[in-house]
Formats: sequence, structure tokens, C-alpha cells
Amino acid sequence: MFTGASQFAFVGVIGAGGSAWAGAATAALLGTRNALYSLRLSSLLDLRSWRLPVTAQFVIDETTAMTIAREKPADSRLAYWATAIALFSLWNLGTLIGALATQALPDPKALGLDAAPPAAFLALLAPRLRAREPLAVALAAGLIALVALPFVPTGVPLLLVAVIVVLYGAWPR
Amino acid sequence: MIWAALLVASAACYALKLAGLSLPQRILEGPRVQRIIPLLPVALLAALVATQTFATGRHLVLDVRAAALAVAAVAVLLRAPFLLVVVAGAATAALLRLVL
Repeated sequence: MFTGASQFAFVGVIGAGGSAWAGAATAALLGTRNALYSLRLSSLLDLRSWRLPVTAQFVIDETTAMTIAREKPADSRLAYWATAIALFSLWNLGTLIGALATQALPDPKALGLDAAPPAAFLALLAPRLRAREPLAVALAAGLIALVALPFVPTGVPLLLVAVIVVLYGAWPR
Repeated sequence: MIWAALLVASAACYALKLAGLSLPQRILEGPRVQRIIPLLPVALLAALVATQTFATGRHLVLDVRAAALAVAAVAVLLRAPFLLVVVAGAATAALLRLVL
């Protein structure tokens, strides 16, 4: 699973006591945006034969942003692969260091590590809030999740929010 | 079970990317799909921020994480890089726990 928000969400749901499957569903739902990114990229990248399945693994926010910002197809491909290789290796190296380091920690809460995920989610969310509609959707989603939380199993508020936003987006207008 | 769920989630995330690269464009170009897909991460990330800040398990709580989120929000507004936002949030919670 090479897509950061989905990784954080999967761990976050399980860490809060939710079921692994609620975590998996949330991670997959967060990954849907990569399908739109892939759609944008499909005309810019070389996807013949074996390149297609290899290329697919590295479609994320950052590689998409770097690729579509180029003017020539050759530059786009270079940008895609340079970003993909740099991010994939450093991200996984960082994950490994984090996994080894936290095992050596006596009390993660004393370091405020339970406050790190919400800060990370906020940092991922903020660039998507530059218009009025997403801002309203974000506020409503946070509120709905908190109102539902005491009444349903952990992790389910997120899925409820996902269903509501799909209904809202599909509403004829 | 966690590993099975992880494998399924990973396969789903990969399949979504592969689908976008290989499916005919018109399938994902409907106006509703185009509206829903950008709003999904907004709603899910906002719900994650809310539940990871103001809840422990299935109980609503107000603790140092709320202050940590406020500091992280200021860092975001000041256009701080991702890592700094996360560190600012964690450091706030750690310091408040030390003091309170």
C-alpha cells in the first residue's frame, strides 16, 4: 500500500480500537483519488506492456503533481520516475526507522505521539480546503463522525461519513 | 486478521491506480464521479482529524490533543512543511502533559 493517507488511516482506525476491516475499507476509500490521478496520467506516461503494472504502484499525490506540471512528455516521464523513486525509497526507509525506534520507546504518549496522527491528517487535508464547498464538507464530516462515534463500533463513523459524502455528491442538482 | 485486512487494502489501493491507468477514460469521467472522488478524501481526513483528537475509543474526550491540533492548525496556516506540522502537534501534547 504505497499511498500515505491510506496507510495512516489504516493504522489510525486499528490503533483507536476499530476492526482491521473498517481500517481496510477506510484505506481503500482514501485511495479512490489515485484512480482519478491515474486517469490524468495515462496520456502522459509510457504504459506499454510491463510498464503499466509497474507504473501503477507509484501513482500518488506527489508524483501526479510533479508529472502534470511539465510541458513536454519526456519531462513528465522523468518527473514521474524521479519523484517515484525518491519518495518510495525515503518513505519506506522512514517507516522502517520509525518502526524500529518506537519499539525502543517506553511511553509513546509522553512524547505526544498520539497527537501526531491528527496533525498529519490536518496537514494532508488543508491543501484540499481552498474552496467553500470542501471546507463545509470537512466541517460537516468531522461533526457527523463525532456525533456517531459513541453509538457505533470504532472505525464505523468514518465509513458512515464516506456513505454520506457519496450520497451528497451523487445528489442531482 | 490484521495482515489479511492489510493485504486486501493494499490490493484495493493498487487496483484503483491500475484501473485509472488502463480503463477507458469515459468510465471515470461522469460528472458525479468527478464530484464525489475529490470530496471523499476531504470528508474522510476531516473525520479522522475529529475522531483522533476528540475521542478515545468510543468516548468523546477533551484533552491535550485539542491544544495540539490547534497548534498544528496554526502551523498549517503559516504554511509550515508537513513534518514540522506533525512535530509541532506532538511536541505541544508532550509539553502540556509534562506541565499539567
